[in-house]
Amino acid sequence: MILRQNRLKYRIVPFPEYRKYIYRKRLFIATLVMVCLVSFFSSVSIGTVTIPYSEVIKTLLGLSGSPRFQNIITNIRLPNALAALIAGSGLAISGAVMQSVIRNPLGSPFTLGISQAGAFGAAVAIIFAGSGVMQSTQAGAITVTNPFITIGWAFFMCVLSALIIVLIAKFYSTNPEVIVLCGVALGAAFSAGTMFLQYFADDVQLAAIVFWSFGDVGRADWTEVSIMAIVVVPGTLFFILNRWNYNAIEAGDETARGLGVRVEWVRILGMIVASLITAVIVSFLGIIAFVGLISPHMVRRFVGDDYRFVIPASCLSGAALLLVSDIAARIMLKPHVLPVAVLTSFIGAPLFLYLLLSKRIK
Amino acid sequence: MLNVKNISVSYRKGELILDDLSFSAGEGNIVVLLGPNGAGKTTLLRSINAILKPQKGVVEFENQNVLKMPAGQIAKIMGYVAQRNNAGNTSVFDAVLLGRKPHVGLKTSPTDFAKVSHILQQLGLESLTMRKINQLSGGELQKVCIARAFVQEPGIFLLDEPTSNLDLKNQLDILHTIRDIVKKNSLTAVITMHNLNLAFRFADKIILLNKGKIFAQGTAESITPEILSQVYGVQVEIISHNGNPVIVPV
Repeated sequence: MILRQNRLKYRIVPFPEYRKYIYRKRLFIATLVMVCLVSFFSSVSIGTVTIPYSEVIKTLLGLSGSPRFQNIITNIRLPNALAALIAGSGLAISGAVMQSVIRNPLGSPFTLGISQAGAFGAAVAIIFAGSGVMQSTQAGAITVTNPFITIGWAFFMCVLSALIIVLIAKFYSTNPEVIVLCGVALGAAFSAGTMFLQYFADDVQLAAIVFWSFGDVGRADWTEVSIMAIVVVPGTLFFILNRWNYNAIEAGDETARGLGVRVEWVRILGMIVASLITAVIVSFLGIIAFVGLISPHMVRRFVGDDYRFVIPASCLSGAALLLVSDIAARIMLKPHVLPVAVLTSFIGAPLFLYLLLSKRIK
Repeated sequence: MLNVKNISVSYRKGELILDDLSFSAGEGNIVVLLGPNGAGKTTLLRSINAILKPQKGVVEFENQNVLKMPAGQIAKIMGYVAQRNNAGNTSVFDAVLLGRKPHVGLKTSPTDFAKVSHILQQLGLESLTMRKINQLSGGELQKVCIARAFVQEPGIFLLDEPTSNLDLKNQLDILHTIRDIVKKNSLTAVITMHNLNLAFRFADKIILLNKGKIFAQGTAESITPEILSQVYGVQVEIISHNGNPVIVPV
């Protein structure tokens, strides 16, 4: 049946160039691991109160240190840093997979309207479900008094948006262009819905809606970090297991089918998992733009379109990007802390333009 | 031995694209599907490896019904080269390595790499090994796609117009390589083509399709100018040049 060993004698030839090529990609991923580690420790260390790295390491290792620093690290900095790490990875990996399954470089939670759906859900909760009463904190910022209702609604809308796209893909067409255009249409519809609600909202509700839409990792506590991890970690493993399928789809649907890939299922399952990851992150942290779009494009420049490397590299670069942005957001206007989404958009937009103009995006 | 029995395909109810087609191909045979545009050549090819599920019919290989096998299993038996292939930002080596997908578990092995190297050498692609496939010419990309199907180690090759983007030398090179591999390894190749002269030169069996039906099938010698004229609607003559049949439109 197959070209058996006795039919075709393989001459094992050396392939040093290919080894070097793979080595360079692995080196890039190792560098990203280092960048992530440094960013993570810096994220725990840097802020309104600067904590020495020695104290950070002591606390993380469970050794005795300053109780004040321990308190700040355990209750504020560590959940923030972990939220940035997990959310950055999750958004980037979702973007990378969406770009593959819809075969469009603009694939990201934004393009498919999932983020906009989350914002609409939060607006609905604030106006109709009574979670929009604001209170001032000591720092002068405002917080949503009933975050769980807001998160619940945002999550519901994110899932609904993803579900509409998946159902269209399942019953109408898995054509990538159809999926992207549906996402654009849904995004526009949810944005219009949010604007409609904002128009009729009172001052406090309007402030609450706008506040929620600023994505911020500072909102996450240990419960939220744990829930995000429970979704993002298995999702990442799922994507890694499907890396050959995504590579096959990159070669074209017909070729992929010829290689035994059930293209429609890979596309639909990829969309479901990527949407679920995005929905959880957007619901807990708000809209964080550009990480899902920019990170996969940045790493493709170094590792090409090979999903054996794009997935882990996107994961790490997304985490590093969000960690660094969060650090910058904390120190730029010290003692005020900016929402990280402002920074990701500031960094992301010009970076995306640079990649586009330097023809790094297909 | 490949047996295709009573295959029928329709995209819409009552509109048959393929109508009760049957043919067989033995080991070491090259079967060429010929016919005018829209005759159903590509549809037949896609039905054989279940990319397109036929409404009726059976495809047997080594006495097993291929159409009832899981997609991954079919990919181990049949290597398919599509008419159109995407060229991404990946190396030629990786593009060919993708052909090992049906055989790879969690991780590629040194044997997979060795097989890729071997095929690249066999097709004369070793100088392009590290080139990105989006920097290749149409012909080079076609060769890479054929190499990918070879490295899949199938028993049957299904090649949809494999010479369409190639210059004359490369067309001959590719067809010689396909013939060598098929004959040496007792495999079967089913190829769609438009070039009648190359088809007559390389085919062990020619199947002429017209409007979703098999109009004629047999060796090159059994296909007469009258049959070709009826299928293509053009008067042709078949002359012999150095023992090779040459089809000339009148």
